[in-house]
Amino acid sequence: MSTQSFPTGVRDIVAGFAARTFSAEEYARFVLGEIERRDPELHAFLEVFDDVVQQAREKDAERAAGSAAPLLGIPVATKDNLLIRGRRAGAGSKILEGYVAAYDATAIARLGQAGAVFLGRTNMDEFAMGSSTEHSAFGPTKNPHDPTRVPGGSSGGSAAAVAAGFAPAALGSDTGGSIRQPAAFSGVVGFKPTYGTVSRSGLVVMASSLDQIGPFARSVDDARLLFNVIAGRDPLDATSAAAPSATAAAKKPLVIGVPKEYFGDGLDPAVARSVRQALAAWERAGARLEEISLPHARFGLAAYYIIMPAEVSSNLARFDGIRYGYRAPDAENLLSTYEQTRAQGFGAEPKRRIMLGTFALSHGYYDAYYEKAQRVRRLIRDDFAAAFRSVDVIAGPTAPMPAFRIGERTSDPLQMYLADIYTVGVNLAGLPAISLPAAPVSVDGASLPVGLQLIGQWGRDHALLDAAADAEAAMPDGRRAITA
Amino acid sequence: MAITKADVHHIARLARIALSAREETALEQELSGILDFIAELNAVDTAAAEPLTGGTDLVNSWRDDAPPAEQAGDPAALIAAAPEHRDGYIAVRAVFDRA
Repeated sequence: MSTQSFPTGVRDIVAGFAARTFSAEEYARFVLGEIERRDPELHAFLEVFDDVVQQAREKDAERAAGSAAPLLGIPVATKDNLLIRGRRAGAGSKILEGYVAAYDATAIARLGQAGAVFLGRTNMDEFAMGSSTEHSAFGPTKNPHDPTRVPGGSSGGSAAAVAAGFAPAALGSDTGGSIRQPAAFSGVVGFKPTYGTVSRSGLVVMASSLDQIGPFARSVDDARLLFNVIAGRDPLDATSAAAPSATAAAKKPLVIGVPKEYFGDGLDPAVARSVRQALAAWERAGARLEEISLPHARFGLAAYYIIMPAEVSSNLARFDGIRYGYRAPDAENLLSTYEQTRAQGFGAEPKRRIMLGTFALSHGYYDAYYEKAQRVRRLIRDDFAAAFRSVDVIAGPTAPMPAFRIGERTSDPLQMYLADIYTVGVNLAGLPAISLPAAPVSVDGASLPVGLQLIGQWGRDHALLDAAADAEAAMPDGRRAITA
Repeated sequence: MAITKADVHHIARLARIALSAREETALEQELSGILDFIAELNAVDTAAAEPLTGGTDLVNSWRDDAPPAEQAGDPAALIAAAPEHRDGYIAVRAVFDRA
């Protein structure tokens, strides 16, 4: 079998299994070989599980016994902040050193029921705080298209794993763009569903009102396949909602709203050209473009950098050296156990955000910061609602620049935060959004991916995915993931 | 808005993080810079906007008033996750100093 070439898309692999062209074990050995060959350089994985071949053999046995589970035998890479019972989980942080999950995240349990093979834990910015994976406590992931550059973040390991062909699909989490932005930088499809559509149970928390789990894949169709498996109401997450139902075929032409605010200062001209080209191709294929305005879009990042740290400061209080992970060995009393554990266990970015959030919620500042940001959050959501009265989908760039160089943006936190300028508004409003590859741009001799972001209406995830499939088919250059 | 060294020290105490002197100096600058950036929100007229508290309009989410057995997980595994534990209990340092 050593000369056999394997398909890279989930549907094609499932078809290969069904036709007995190759087995799940053979496919697992193939991806493990790819990981062994290239991941020492790329560092997409923090851990590749040692029982992958055994898991795949079990799936082959289940298929032989008649099972037709939708992901039977498909290897899936999962972000290090998703709990898998009996396995390590660390959220890219030293403070969770040695932690072994006592239960499955709901999204993980659903993947398991669908027959997925768990491949390993992917690298991420510590506690999902970052846009490059450079804030991982275990070193950065490299972009498969140019290893001197970042893959985006925080779910950079998952994005790189799919881009490099280590896995046909992966899970990540998106609080302010952490699925879509690395998908854009790495040339794959990344989908953030409507808030609450995928249960947050078993996701290491960052900001509860913004966090959402979603898939990476090499096509819109594969992303939908994973989404259908992981979505649905869950008694373990009180904010979860019923899985959105598939919608009837959309009326044509699709009306695409293009916010002028997404093409302003700070957008790299080559990225702007690529996105405009993608939209023009879509228009030629029958979509109707309409310029719209989201007047409060430019305040999204500022509102996000109050609301998110406020929730972070509260949520991460649980990491205090008592119940899990690392405990400072030399503390004299309980208070110093907390203070020393957190000082030694957290990296610079979590400390910065905890401090910022603690300040924003502290006495005398709550109204000026937190409540003000919540009011702006309302205006941002209202902007989207108003736009959706005349358009079906909103489109623009996913990120203002292509993948930047490792180290280029780490000295000034605000420079890093700007990478999420077009993605945070979606989280504040709770909407579904997807990034798909547009035509790559040439930068210093490297061909770098660009992401086209499509934003859908609240709860209408399938209508968004339909539109994304339509756009994908209209873009011959950027069609499907770009193999690196 | 400028944050002072004393502010940083106070916030770190509230956040239960023992910062080094070097970290305090860096955070004094970084937090002031971020707060300057955030100050652009003052330009937004929010008088008519009610605070939006979350990503969903769900109001209440009910469950049966019964022990949620499937949520309990494995108690032994939960205890085992603690960095120090004895006899099925999590072990911690003394809360009060024996002065």
